[in-house]
Amino acid sequence: MTPASAEPRSELATLLFGRLSLDSIPYHEPIIVMTFLVAALAGTAVLAWITRARAWGWLWRDWICSIDHKKIGVMYMILGFVMLLRGFADAIMMRAQQAMAFGDAAGYLPPHHYDQIFTAHGVIMIFFVAMPFVTGLMNYIVPLQIGARDVAFPFLNNFSFWMTTAGALLVMLSLFVGEFATTGWLAFPPLSGADYSPGVGVDYYIWALQIAGVGTLLSGVNLIVTIVKMRAPGMTLMKMPVFTWTALCTNVLIVAAFPVLTAVLLLLGLDRTVGTNFFTNDFGGNPMMYVNMIWIWGHPEVYILILPLFGVFSEVVSTFAGKRLFGYTSMVYATVVITILSYLVWLHHFFTMGSGASVNSFFGITTMIISIPTGAKLFNWLFTMYRGRIRFELPMLWMMGFMFTFVVGGMTGVLLAVPPADFVLHNSLFLIAHFHNVIIGGVVFGVFAAVSYWYPKVFGYRLNVFWGKVSFWCWQIGFLFAFMPLYVLGLMGVTRRVSHFEDMSLQPFFVVAAFGAVLIGVGILASLIQFYVSYQRREQLRDVTGDPWDGRTLEWATSSPPPEYNFAFTPRVHDIDAWWDMKRGGYQRPTTGFLAIHMPKGTSAGIILAGISAVVGFALIWHIWWLAVASFASLVGFAIFHTFNLNRDFHIPADEVAHVESAHTRALAVNGA
Amino acid sequence: MSARSLRLVTTLCLTALSALLSGCNLVTLDAAGDIARQQGDLIVVSTVLMLLIVVPVMALTGWFAWHYRASNRRATYAPEWNHSTQLELVIWSAPLLIIIALGAVTWISTHTLDPFRKLDRLDATRAVPADVKPLKVQVVALDWKWLFIYPDYGIATINELAAPVDVPIEFQLTSSTVMNTFYVPTLAGMIYTMPAMDTRLHAVINQAGDYEGMSAHYSGAGFSHMRFRFKGLDGAAFDQWVAQVRAAPAELSRDEYLRLERPSEKEPARHYGKVVAGLYDAALNLCVDPTKMCMRDMMAIDARGGLGLANVYNVAQLRYDADRRRDRTAATPDRYVTALCTVAPDAYMSPVDPPHYGGARLAP
Repeated sequence: MTPASAEPRSELATLLFGRLSLDSIPYHEPIIVMTFLVAALAGTAVLAWITRARAWGWLWRDWICSIDHKKIGVMYMILGFVMLLRGFADAIMMRAQQAMAFGDAAGYLPPHHYDQIFTAHGVIMIFFVAMPFVTGLMNYIVPLQIGARDVAFPFLNNFSFWMTTAGALLVMLSLFVGEFATTGWLAFPPLSGADYSPGVGVDYYIWALQIAGVGTLLSGVNLIVTIVKMRAPGMTLMKMPVFTWTALCTNVLIVAAFPVLTAVLLLLGLDRTVGTNFFTNDFGGNPMMYVNMIWIWGHPEVYILILPLFGVFSEVVSTFAGKRLFGYTSMVYATVVITILSYLVWLHHFFTMGSGASVNSFFGITTMIISIPTGAKLFNWLFTMYRGRIRFELPMLWMMGFMFTFVVGGMTGVLLAVPPADFVLHNSLFLIAHFHNVIIGGVVFGVFAAVSYWYPKVFGYRLNVFWGKVSFWCWQIGFLFAFMPLYVLGLMGVTRRVSHFEDMSLQPFFVVAAFGAVLIGVGILASLIQFYVSYQRREQLRDVTGDPWDGRTLEWATSSPPPEYNFAFTPRVHDIDAWWDMKRGGYQRPTTGFLAIHMPKGTSAGIILAGISAVVGFALIWHIWWLAVASFASLVGFAIFHTFNLNRDFHIPADEVAHVESAHTRALAVNGA
Repeated sequence: MSARSLRLVTTLCLTALSALLSGCNLVTLDAAGDIARQQGDLIVVSTVLMLLIVVPVMALTGWFAWHYRASNRRATYAPEWNHSTQLELVIWSAPLLIIIALGAVTWISTHTLDPFRKLDRLDATRAVPADVKPLKVQVVALDWKWLFIYPDYGIATINELAAPVDVPIEFQLTSSTVMNTFYVPTLAGMIYTMPAMDTRLHAVINQAGDYEGMSAHYSGAGFSHMRFRFKGLDGAAFDQWVAQVRAAPAELSRDEYLRLERPSEKEPARHYGKVVAGLYDAALNLCVDPTKMCMRDMMAIDARGGLGLANVYNVAQLRYDADRRRDRTAATPDRYVTALCTVAPDAYMSPVDPPHYGGARLAP
């Protein structure tokens, strides 16, 4: 918060620091101070550890400047996990507040703080948890699945990642410098306008999303080109693995939808910063236009999140059922139909704004139609299990959790698509329960399935099963405890974003929900322990085959972890399950004839450009105009400077390729594979 | 986890759930107003329709997962089997049939339960009598309280809404600053109130009682307490309530409205015996403050091609949000010369032939 200072600021201070002053640091809020201390301690500990391990050079060269799609994929996943911790901290604070604040008890969070928390929770979970997870998975797996050596534009990939991180950084910064938005995660005007939200919160929101949005859009372009142009010979579109198909559809959605978000946030930013009137009440501005535009992005966004995980489940179920995916063709068409239909449903997010019966019915029915291809997918997974030989390894466990949880979420979703039912349930806790049901049951379970499925590929050892099971059951049962009461509360007419209740009879439900959130917290903790324990026991869990699950697609054809160049020879594809086909055809690893491999070179340009972008964002948020101009000029200048860097590639010598390949061949032979 | 401990957990969950459910009032499924009840019925019907497909899917998932587990060597294993035209037909057509049924229900119910549509029934068995005069209520969402104006009676209330039982109510709704939704769960589904926009809601309450209403769309710091009581009164009691409000000494003038609309929280219920004429209309057009141009006039000017350069002098009258800035400290609004339209002096509404709902006329 920027409280009105007792004495007016000097013009010089305003010129130099814009709206930024010492008052902007919320040192009077003990919760934030504590958080800061913990974050600072943890941060210092990590930095000290890196320094002690003398790992700075390694970190800089091999990770930060790396343009290897695999390393960028891993960094996306790490970003997602770190932000998941932050988003979950917000969640547990909300659950605690709602479990406490009844009658005379005001709870421990004043509205100003509570409102920032639910806004930050939504923004972080969607933009900085789910999106990095999804992008990270696609980044790592897609090139491997199509037999490529990297994505189409490797530098762009690094730049995209750092832009996403710069956005996340700004959101985190808002916790300690200034405030975050108190508007809800989509920042509807006029509430998010300069007059009703005068602080810097909405500006943090706008610029964090704009900067991260550049990254998302570019990585969308990158992956589309990769999938369209870089498939291995023989891999026609209808022989692509389903995960790659869903990745393609997702990235088409990203490229078509994110510019809308950029445009609408730009208009809102202009309203707030230079006083235009697109969405104000003044001069006939139209807030409804914002609501329409943000949901034209917002609904496809839901499918951007879930489609790749549908792909993951398709891979997981056919691998662990030891069987071809049932109905590959209808799976592909279902994905494409969902992609197209996702643009025809956005109005269902505001049936209650009085659009009229025919418009409402149209959008209600198009929404229901999406459930047909989605239902077909569920049946396809079901019939993949039919006559399979199902191994209930961790990924399959998450898959089962998904199957049971997601159908319930899908059902309540179709229910909300019936406009008169939505009139009752819109903005209620039923709605909250619904979208957590599909996002946790679909996206989160899918990400955990994917992580446990591909972890051996990425790091060369499997994940510990015990802690994985603990995590799964805590998530599954915690989800039920946390959100089933919310369904009931919604039917009791209880609405969302309320920080204090009068009706004492509601309290038990919120206490149960808080307990569920704690269980989910244990689940998150268990997966952190799982990573640690697995690392400790990595020698027992080692996978030398590169194919620990008896996999079907090309990523299992390389070693675990894959060499920098992925494939020494580009594989030739004859079947949908290319690797399965190769294994049955008695595939022999080539042992001679290696050639030097042309590879792109790492660069620090990505992190520098993203760093400058974060400074531009910070300056615009705080109205430090000189800094905004200077940093923007240096951003453009550096981008031009980077174009003169022609030292962008190198060759891995044939000897080295031969050396790496024969090492893997020997390891395979030792294991009798 | 072993099967036994899984069963134990399931039992525990179910017990906890049923204990919780026995203590709760699912108002949306058991509403006291006909519209909300129809909406509640629709929730049940849609859910049952969908369970027709969801339950088999869940059962099959459980059964397939169990039967085709790797350790069950007696189960058929067909690793190459991946297509069956008959199954594909069922897979696509079964959800399609359900959606056709649900789509038909949706099309019809969305039209019959459209909040803008006038009621044609009081409940499942009674049509709206021809001679009944609907109750008109004008709703303005303020920061953070509700203003209800009764144009037929020339009265207004804050955070208290009353309506006679079995009489159609016609709400006309807007907001003074930001978006809110008007929601009385027992009466009807929610509808947005938006500045400079007019929404409608038609509903009826069938049982006398004291119910809760609220804003369901987040609108800022005071949002959590933006609640009001909704009283369903029988005819005579409603007439009495009107008389009581009318006797209240407070008057809702334009100045009083401008004081009232400033942000405040947890406002107690309040009555105004007199209301200035055209207040709702002025609130809707953002021109309760007489120095502001009404949106209606602005649009009329624009429709004729605007005022050209003269519009440059028009700016101050069209600025609205700045006076309502949330961190504003100065309380006195700037005054400007207004030349485009003269404002008539405040005249209070003088109700002619206000409807009375007492007596047994409407009894079933």
